Amino acid sequence: MDFLQPSSWDDALAARAERHDALPIAGGTDVMVELNFDRRRPAALLDLTRVPELSEWSVAPDGTVRLGAGVSYGRVIAELGDRLPGLAMAARTVGSPQIRVRGTVGGNLGSASPAGDAHPPLLAARAEVEVASAARGTRRVPVAEFFTGVKRNALAPDELIAAVHVPTAAGPQQFCKVGTRNAMVISVSAFALALHPDRRAVGTGIGSAAPTPRRAPDAEEFLAGELDWDRRPALPEGLARAFGERVAAAASPIDDVRGTAAYRRHSLAVLARRAATWAWDDLRRAA
Amino acid sequence: MTTTEPTTTEPTTTEPTRTGARTGGRIGEDAQRPDGTLKVTGEFAYSSDLWHDDMVWGVTLRSPHPSARIRRVDVSEALTVPGVSAVLTADDVPGENAYGLEHADQPVLAGEFVRYEGEPVALVAADHPETARRAAARIRVDYEVLPALTDPRRALDDDAPQVHPGGNLVRHLRLRRGDPAPTAPVVVSLDFEVGMQDQAFLGPESGLAVPAEDGGVDLYVATQWLHVDQRQICLALGMPPDKVRLTLAGVGGAFGGREDLSVHVHACLLALRTGRPVKMSYGREESFYGHVHRHPAWMTYEFGAEPDGTLVYGKVHTLLDGGAYASSTAAVVGNAGTLGLGPYRFPSVSVDAYGVFTNNPPCGAMRGFGCVQAAYAHEALMDELAAAVGVDPVEIRRRNGVQEGDRNITGQVIDSAAPVAELLERVAALPLPPPPAERPDLRDLPGAVGNTTHGEGVRRGVGYSVTYKNVGFSEGFDDYSTARVRLQVTGGEAVATVHTAAAEVGQGLVTVQQQIARTELGVQQVVVVPADTTVGSAGSTSASRQTHVTGGAVKAACEAVRTAVLQRAAVAVGRPVAGLALDGDKVVGPGGEVLAGLADVLGEDAVEETVEWRHRPTHAIDPETGQGDAHVQFAFSAHRAVVDVDTELGLVKVVALDTAQDVGKAINPDAVVGQIHGGSAQGMGLALMEEVVVTDGHVRNPSFTDYLLPTILDVPPMQVEVLEYADPHAPYGVRGVGEPPTISSGPAVAAAVRAACGRPLRRVPIRPEHVTGI
Ligand SMILES: Cc1cc2nc3c(=O)[nH]c(=O)nc-3n(C[C@H](O)[C@H](O)[C@H](O)COP(=O)(O)OP(=O)(O)OC[C@H]3O[C@@H](n4cnc5c(N)ncnc54)[C@H](O)[C@@H]3O)c2cc1C
Repeated sequence: MDFLQPSSWDDALAARAERHDALPIAGGTDVMVELNFDRRRPAALLDLTRVPELSEWSVAPDGTVRLGAGVSYGRVIAELGDRLPGLAMAARTVGSPQIRVRGTVGGNLGSASPAGDAHPPLLAARAEVEVASAARGTRRVPVAEFFTGVKRNALAPDELIAAVHVPTAAGPQQFCKVGTRNAMVISVSAFALALHPDRRAVGTGIGSAAPTPRRAPDAEEFLAGELDWDRRPALPEGLARAFGERVAAAASPIDDVRGTAAYRRHSLAVLARRAATWAWDDLRRAA
Repeated sequence: MTTTEPTTTEPTTTEPTRTGARTGGRIGEDAQRPDGTLKVTGEFAYSSDLWHDDMVWGVTLRSPHPSARIRRVDVSEALTVPGVSAVLTADDVPGENAYGLEHADQPVLAGEFVRYEGEPVALVAADHPETARRAAARIRVDYEVLPALTDPRRALDDDAPQVHPGGNLVRHLRLRRGDPAPTAPVVVSLDFEVGMQDQAFLGPESGLAVPAEDGGVDLYVATQWLHVDQRQICLALGMPPDKVRLTLAGVGGAFGGREDLSVHVHACLLALRTGRPVKMSYGREESFYGHVHRHPAWMTYEFGAEPDGTLVYGKVHTLLDGGAYASSTAAVVGNAGTLGLGPYRFPSVSVDAYGVFTNNPPCGAMRGFGCVQAAYAHEALMDELAAAVGVDPVEIRRRNGVQEGDRNITGQVIDSAAPVAELLERVAALPLPPPPAERPDLRDLPGAVGNTTHGEGVRRGVGYSVTYKNVGFSEGFDDYSTARVRLQVTGGEAVATVHTAAAEVGQGLVTVQQQIARTELGVQQVVVVPADTTVGSAGSTSASRQTHVTGGAVKAACEAVRTAVLQRAAVAVGRPVAGLALDGDKVVGPGGEVLAGLADVLGEDAVEETVEWRHRPTHAIDPETGQGDAHVQFAFSAHRAVVDVDTELGLVKVVALDTAQDVGKAINPDAVVGQIHGGSAQGMGLALMEEVVVTDGHVRNPSFTDYLLPTILDVPPMQVEVLEYADPHAPYGVRGVGEPPTISSGPAVAAAVRAACGRPLRRVPIRPEHVTGI
């Protein structure tokens, strides 16, 4: 197995263009598992950890955070908890401290697992994935279109993920994840919510309850339309419940060793109801 | 938080006078483990670290089918892989192609049939493990897939597929006592189901076999009982015991999962064939297929009682899935039957416990051994009874708990402390955790940083459980241990050397041996040499027995050495033996006054004694009535669990898990508390999350990704009360410690979850689906 170790972004893209059979590796917390279980035997590994551009984040004038693909969960928690609270809450639930030090948001997108915890908050925040190739340069893919199937994404064989662009939170965000133990667990179901009071919009993201992470557009529109954005009274219990049911309806879960489809749907309804209540209460308090 | 409050009772054995008391690290003191620092710093050599220049690696090809006939095995392609030095199949087993703890029914390598997914079919040795794996993938096995029996409830049906020619029954234990047709004013009953738990030791199976010049083989392996391994290996290799020598390699946990053979014969076969040292080391996934698990159980229980809750009768029907081979199923059935009604007084009893063959993974020994499963049923039913007669869970158990002098359900008199009521009272009296905080830290809530609740839906529940367990091997088994102890002065320092074949599996037996030798011989330096088969059998490191049995052997051997040394000392100092003792590396008089150094008495000589030590015999039970003195000792523990349950999501946070346990005598109090912490966590794991999920004979979660073990955010603080009511029939009064907490913790957790959510929850592990009813 060849080991390619570019030290700049251009070199990385060049290597990617030349070697379609090379598997990119960032934190390696997914890749090494695959290799150890002999599920994958790539001809080469393309190590991205020496590419300085990938491990940076910056804020554009419009407030959008450009998060380099190689920024670890640990850094998201420590450095971006204020701007991207939903993503930071999700990062806090990933694996163990060791995994959070190594694992990256770019790697999560690369794996595109329906259970990837970074995905629901990115969906709820309407993030965009910046991908690049040596041949065609850069393009941006809305995160909802990035997931194309179970563990499949929109990357072309010569492309790498450069960054993800996430708007700085304009309102409260929540992330909730159900697992059958209290730490270090793959989600049975997950839900992210972002309130966008500036646009009077609601963002959602569902994890582990469909072939890909997905939004619940119907629930988003419903809640955005029903909320009294001007007066901001307490969220009626019935409204929260109806929102939860719409979120659950957006899922198409399966039975597996981690949980049943029925429980996944049920738990999403509960999570969505609670998350909406907490986020709305936060917004009322902020006012 | 940990509180240890020993209650001291009369010492029942004569201990040497030690007014001088200069030798530290004796029994009863918190002694440092010799392996402790190495383990904490990562320097301890586990069996997976074994290395030999020139060694090759062995791997196992396993069956993908739960049931199939092997038509043909073609190894020719595998043999062509460069680096491969041997490929072996059933035809290459020189001795008997069968092994097993109780019945030799398990092939070393499958011959005509495979009976479970993961059964070993062929072996490959190669210069690199990856080469060996690739070669194994090129072995062509032509399987004719056969119908598999995967539902144990069908195992005894006439039309069920036969797993073995003799039928699917491994053992039926029948127990009858008292009124054959009892009636009672209050009757409660339930069905209960327990899932398959894994021992989940952190160090997977591994060993190194080194071919010897005499044509024999030396095997270094992580195991629980060297001599029972040796017996089985000899049979399979067709070699006498002097040609098959075993040495214990560093054991990374056991919990019963190393009682059966794993790499043992395979590594020896490959070593003898290749003439090279062979290392075998499973990964986690293979480990799930490479050892037996805890028996899943289906139980139906009925209790009859007086209106005040006094028990009148108990009726039990228990079914244990033994999987494809017998392993220790018969003995597990023995425990599930003879101890299956818990530590309560029952005037009339009817028990039928069955262990059956299926094409599921073989099940065998695991910490708690049949008592764990039964405890879930009898403890859930005691709570039902409490509710039915309107008393609280502690009171119903207190009222019915056995006491010293009572007979248990096999008619055996419990002839030492049986403090059921006191354990309950003590655990109930421990301070309760504070109620949930107004604005709790997420980590203190069910779901933790998953951020699933901020208090919504959360209800607190408290549950109690009390259980008992036999210590040592039962039902007439000749249960003994051998110890060789030598005392010598080298380089001016007195050194005691203790040699046994007892497996240190992490429980602290090496420390216990040192403490006993220091106590009995009054010397500071005690070397425990590696366990191997050059000394007699120590019996198994299981059944909570080693401190009792090997501890007894070491004590007896030390006493023999001491007697010999003191006789020489008496002559040397010209005093009667009677007043002499050993302490602080010296011979001392009745007042502790130093009379002579050990060097003066022993000179260059070594005094060595080997003793085979047995506990009181146990007896087979009557096949019709199940009556008899089946067990040598009983150990009791009680738990109180406090849980917060998110009743809407079904997530659980165990807030407190407190224990009171009688240990007879705490030889190493720190280690005793450690055993109770660990056992409690392991029991809790089964209650809430640990399950090998098997569907149609296939294991669906052979990895720690989906076989969930409790993390630090799942294991609560534990208060531990250690009672020391000496057993007059045991050395120092000790009572086995390791298993009881694993038995009583889970049922207490389950009871607490039931109390919080109000659902019956008749299956463990309890899943969120069950708590929410969805
Ligand atoms: C013990 C353990 C616990 C875990 N717990 C969780 C959890 O709770 N939640 C969760 O979501 N995940 C979890 N994971 C999975 C894993 O940690 C995450 O998916 C993580 O985000 C992967 O990031 P990485 O940098 O390690 O990726 P890598 O393993 O390096 O790569 C993952 C994939 O992304 C590709 N890739 C990486 N970077 C790029 C790039 N710049 N361009 C294109 N492709 C790229 C790789 O080729 C590979 O296919 C866990 C893993 C382990 C081992």
